[in-house]
Amino acid sequence: MTVTDLTVVAAGERLRSGSTTSTELVEAVLDRASRTEAQLHAFLNIDRDGALESAAQADAELAEGKDRGPLHGIPIALKDNMCTRGLETTASSQILAGYVPPYDATVVTKMRDGGAVLIGKTNLDEFAMGSSTENSAYGPSFNPWDIGRIPGGSSGGSAAAVAAGSAFTALGSDTGGSIRQPASLTGIVGMKPTYGTVSRYGLIAFASSLDQIGPLSKSVEDAAATLETIWGHDPLDSTSFSGEYPDPRAALSKGVEGLKIGVVKELAGEGYEPDVESAVAEMVEQLHSAGAEIVEVSLPTFDIAMSAYYLIAPAEASANLARFDGIRYGHRADGSTTEELMARTRAEGFGPEVVRRVLLGTYALSAGYYDAFYGQAQKVRAAVQEDLERAYQSVDVLVSPTSPTVAFKAGDRVDEPLSMYLADICTIPMNLAGDPAISVPIGLDGQGLPIGFHVMAPALGEEVLFGVAAEVERLAGFDARPEIPVVAE
Amino acid sequence: MPIDIDIAHVARLARLDLSDAELEQYRAQLGDILEHAARVQGLEGDPSTESEHPLGFVNVYREDEVRPSLDRDEVLAQAPESMDGYFVVPPALESE
Repeated sequence: MTVTDLTVVAAGERLRSGSTTSTELVEAVLDRASRTEAQLHAFLNIDRDGALESAAQADAELAEGKDRGPLHGIPIALKDNMCTRGLETTASSQILAGYVPPYDATVVTKMRDGGAVLIGKTNLDEFAMGSSTENSAYGPSFNPWDIGRIPGGSSGGSAAAVAAGSAFTALGSDTGGSIRQPASLTGIVGMKPTYGTVSRYGLIAFASSLDQIGPLSKSVEDAAATLETIWGHDPLDSTSFSGEYPDPRAALSKGVEGLKIGVVKELAGEGYEPDVESAVAEMVEQLHSAGAEIVEVSLPTFDIAMSAYYLIAPAEASANLARFDGIRYGHRADGSTTEELMARTRAEGFGPEVVRRVLLGTYALSAGYYDAFYGQAQKVRAAVQEDLERAYQSVDVLVSPTSPTVAFKAGDRVDEPLSMYLADICTIPMNLAGDPAISVPIGLDGQGLPIGFHVMAPALGEEVLFGVAAEVERLAGFDARPEIPVVAE
Repeated sequence: MPIDIDIAHVARLARLDLSDAELEQYRAQLGDILEHAARVQGLEGDPSTESEHPLGFVNVYREDEVRPSLDRDEVLAQAPESMDGYFVVPPALESE
C-alpha cells in the first residue's frame, strides 16, 4: 500500500508516532496529483506553496506537542464553491473567473483551525448544478475507475481526488445528492449531515434550504473525523443548529444487532441496474445475518420527490444567483444601461445548465404559476417529511442504492437534462427532509465499477447513521483501488 | 400536459440576454422538465404543515454588536469598476 492509499486515521497514527511528517504526506499527494491530473482533472487549482507551508507549520506544532485533532497535518481538498481567502474561487463558473474571496468560509476556518493542510480547490458542476461534473466551465472531471466515464457530481472533483489518492479527505456540498452520488460512483464514502449542522457561511449558495456541506472520505471513520472538524453552531449562518450535537463516533463499533432497518420500496425497480440491485440486496441480507431486523417500507411521496426538487431548487437558485450581475465582482459585459449590462453579463457568464435552472426557477416563482408549481412543490416537501416521520416510528434507519446506476460514460447524458436529473432520484428525498445520509462502497459491478449503499437516518441521527455505515463497511470489506493509467511526470 | 411558456418574458425577469435560437431551445427543454415537475400536482391529501425549515427553526437574529467588517479596498478590488470607494455602473434610470 502506498502512502496516498492511507486513510486519515492511519496517516494520523504515522504522524503521531513520528514515522512520517505532514510534509511527506503533502509531497506524496502532490506527486500523485501530478501523475493523475492530466487524466482526471479533479482540481481547478492546486496550492502547492501554500500546502507545503501549512505542512511545515503542522509538523512544527506536532514536534512541540501541539495536536489540533484528527485532521492535523492531513492533506485535504475543498470543492471550489467554498470561499478561500486569497485563493481563487469560481464555483466552476465563467462569471466568477478570477474572483479572489476577501474572506474564508466557516468550514475553511474550521479546517485550518483543525490543522488540515489544503492541497487545492476541486472541480464541480457550475454552481453545483449537475450530476456528472460535466457542467464545469473549466472542463469535466473523469472517474479514476474508468477515465472514459464521469465521476458523478456535482462534487465530482472532490470524489475523484479522494478516490485517486490526491487528497486524504475532502469536502463537498450536497443539495440533491452532490456528495453521496459522486462518492458512490468513485468507490468512496460520502456523507450529507443534518441540515443546519455545518455552517453554510462562505458556501456559494445554490439552494439555501437544501445545501449542506459534508465529507468525501476513504472510510466511515474518516468521514466522522472530517465531520467533527467542520460542524458546530455558527452565528454567521442564520440556519445553523444551536442545540446538542450527536456523537458520530459513539456507535462506530456497535454493529446492527437489534436495529430495525427499512428497505425503501420506491427506490428500486425500473431504471435500476441489476448489478446495483443485487449488490444492495446482498448487503441487506448480510445486515440481517449480522442481527438487524429487516422490513420493507413504503414512502409513496418518494415517487414525486424529484419533481418537487426540480421546482424548489431552481426557484431558490434563481433568487440566489441574482447576485451575479457584473457589478460587485466577477465577469462584466458592456451595456449602455445597468439592466443591459446585467442581462449580457449573465448570459455570457452562466453556462447552459445554470441558465436552464434560473429560467425554470423564475418561471416556477412567477405570477400565475406560483401555486401550481412552487407552492405545490413545498406541499410535497412537507409530505415527504411526514412520510419519513411515519417510517421512523417503526425503523431506526432506511436503506437503498445511492445511485440507480454505476458511473456513466462521459457525454452520455449531457444533452438530456431529465435523464441527468434522474441520477439523484435516491438521494433527493433526504435534502427535502433535511435528514442525514451516507453512501458506503460495497462492491464492483460486472464492469469493475463501484456500487454505493445508501443509509438514511432521522434529523440529528448521525450516531446511528455512522454506526450502521461502519457495519456496512465491515461486512462489505471493500478494499479495491482504481488503477489509473499513469503518465510520467 | 403540454405547458405553454412565455420564455422571452421569463428571460427578461431573470435578466438573461438570450438569442432567439437559445430562447427556443430553453423553451422546449423547460416544457419537458415542467411536464415531469407537474407530477407534484398529483399529491394526494394535504400535508398538515407547510414546509419551511426541516428542523422547525424560526428566524434568528445575531446580537447587534460592533464588529470589524471586510476591508473596503479589498472588496472593491474584486469589482469590475470602482471609483472613490463606490461601485461604478452605467445609468440605471432613463433620463427624462
